[in-house]
Amino acid sequence: MIRHLLTLTLLCATTAPMALLSSGCKRGAAEQERTKAPESATPEDVPAMPLTLRDATGAEIAVEDTSRIVSSGGTLTEIVHALGFGDRLVGVDTSSLHPGSVTRLPKIGYQRQLSAEGVLSLSPSLILASEESGPPPVMAQLRASGTPLFVVPTEHTVDGAKATVRTLGTLLEREDAARALVEAMERDLASARDLHPSDDTTRPRVLFIYARGQGTLNVAGEATAGDVMIGLAGGVNAVRGFEGYRPLTAESVVSAAPDVILMTRMGSESVGGGDSVFELPGLALTPAARTRRLVVMDDLLLLGFGPRTGEAALELARALHGAAPSASAAPEGGAP
Amino acid sequence: MSQALTLTADTDHAERPPVRRTPPLTTLLLLVVLSLFLSVGLGSLSIHPGQVLGIFAHQLGLEAFSTFEPRHEAVLLGIRLPRALLAMVVGAGLGLSGAAMQGLFRNPLADPGLIGVSSGAAFAAAGAIVIGGSLLSGAPGAVIMPLAAFSGSLLTTLLVWRIAQRGGRVQVATMLLAGIALNALTGAGTGALTLIASEPQLRSITFWSLGSLNGAGWMTLATVVPFVGLALFALPRLSRALNALLLGESEALHLGVRIERVKHGVILLTALAVGASVAVAGLIGFIGLVAPHLVRLLWGPDHRTLLPGAALMGALLLSFADLLSRTLIAPAELPVGILTALMGAPFFLWLLLRSRGVGVSR
Repeated sequence: MIRHLLTLTLLCATTAPMALLSSGCKRGAAEQERTKAPESATPEDVPAMPLTLRDATGAEIAVEDTSRIVSSGGTLTEIVHALGFGDRLVGVDTSSLHPGSVTRLPKIGYQRQLSAEGVLSLSPSLILASEESGPPPVMAQLRASGTPLFVVPTEHTVDGAKATVRTLGTLLEREDAARALVEAMERDLASARDLHPSDDTTRPRVLFIYARGQGTLNVAGEATAGDVMIGLAGGVNAVRGFEGYRPLTAESVVSAAPDVILMTRMGSESVGGGDSVFELPGLALTPAARTRRLVVMDDLLLLGFGPRTGEAALELARALHGAAPSASAAPEGGAP
Repeated sequence: MSQALTLTADTDHAERPPVRRTPPLTTLLLLVVLSLFLSVGLGSLSIHPGQVLGIFAHQLGLEAFSTFEPRHEAVLLGIRLPRALLAMVVGAGLGLSGAAMQGLFRNPLADPGLIGVSSGAAFAAAGAIVIGGSLLSGAPGAVIMPLAAFSGSLLTTLLVWRIAQRGGRVQVATMLLAGIALNALTGAGTGALTLIASEPQLRSITFWSLGSLNGAGWMTLATVVPFVGLALFALPRLSRALNALLLGESEALHLGVRIERVKHGVILLTALAVGASVAVAGLIGFIGLVAPHLVRLLWGPDHRTLLPGAALMGALLLSFADLLSRTLIAPAELPVGILTALMGAPFFLWLLLRSRGVGVSR
């Protein structure tokens, strides 16, 4: 466990903010259409035929056997599990932390630092990989091995999360389960919307701090996973005017004047946990510090944009708008 | 003075066929072959020795030798074999370059990494990744990247060399300090590049700084072999000149060594070998430092044994380290650069304590 956290911390510190940015909102509907098109074209009454789908790299991948799945990417692992195929997973990467049972599976390393032989030694019949998976020479080796390698298009939006769930549903022939997941997601999102303040001017200003230790503090600008989630929960991103992540500076925090600080669990722990976030430069001078409003949420739940996207929005909405906060989203400063 | 005497004596007997020379190199060569078999035979995917033989027999056109799956053949021939060979070629290049540089600088610390050669290569490679951008994605990348790393390596070597020269003599302390300064400078340059790098570019740069042979294929091997091959072919020809140089530059000059030619030869060839190695495998520390010292400790400072010996020792060390990197936490992998430093540093300290100091001429 410690090793996973270390690897994650090391690699995320340098790469994650940019990863979130690069696979942000920009890539749009075109790709979704591409991946959905074969879905309708596949005759569902002929299961013997190998299923062919276009993956994120544009390659046509034929999938016959889904009995042994290796998954590289926490969100993909989560979806496979949610579709009821958790017992078919034979190996996952170190970013696969949910549900807890998958952390006991053989680890193929961090998704960006895979080893072709390591993956193939698990005798997978299907390799699911996030777009961040690499390094590229290893991906080429895996493709050359003949085992179907499906690079799943992902996006940090509600539509992206639904598309990912549907794509995997089609691929694993679990369309019904996928539909149920999407419906549950929509229900949770609607419940979250119900909690939004009716008056737009009373929406809380939320600052999402992406932290990987004291030295690596970033704030999430527009078109980031954090920004999208704040919007879904009925908050307003306290920092605007730029896309992606920027290093946190004392002055920018003060001028952003956030009412609430939002962090991931690992991020919060990396700066000391609990209220110690308010000791970071500039934070003591924010409205959030005066009311001690800090929301800490599980990393994969908040930023994963997987099947729990609706759940995450609802949890954050409850924390932001004061309605019966659930245990894991309790504002950690307590009420003033 | 006693050094000088023994070495002069050695030069006197240079015409006599050397008696001690063959056994150490044969021993090392046997060990290298053994480690090649181990590297090819072991990995996270278990392949029986019988299946390994069967796969090779199949390649030679001999059928029905043993049963194996196509998956085994793909892993063995497409992934494991080129990688095992690459570990040896890169290790040989680093070990040989370390030995030649230590001889040239007459300094036991002249590891290509310590005087900034590797970080210069990494800086240039990072520059090629970031500025070269999309040019590097396809086949041209396989050519441009090693070329950039090579130029960076050559440039830093020449700079260190230039700065350390005073009145025709290399000042050892100045050389090391210049190396440290250039390390800092190129490190800062690489740091600046990471700031403007996009996410996939950043990932590639991270790969350099950790050092790894992961993902190596036949193309990778083909890229690095000519550069290291040239060094392996040409550097041992400078053994006698390097032996004479141990006495001092003027003494070597009196012995008829064309010093400037030797200097330039060593610098160019090591920059070639190290630059190409760094280009394909990233920063792999300690091989260039430890391999020559090991050989010197075992078989003495004669460069005729030392240069080929350090190459074989480097090949042995790196292939062993890479074997560990592939198998220790399988199916995941440890970057090999971490392992070489982890094994190399304590071993080097032990060496220092045991032998009351480590010198170039012992």
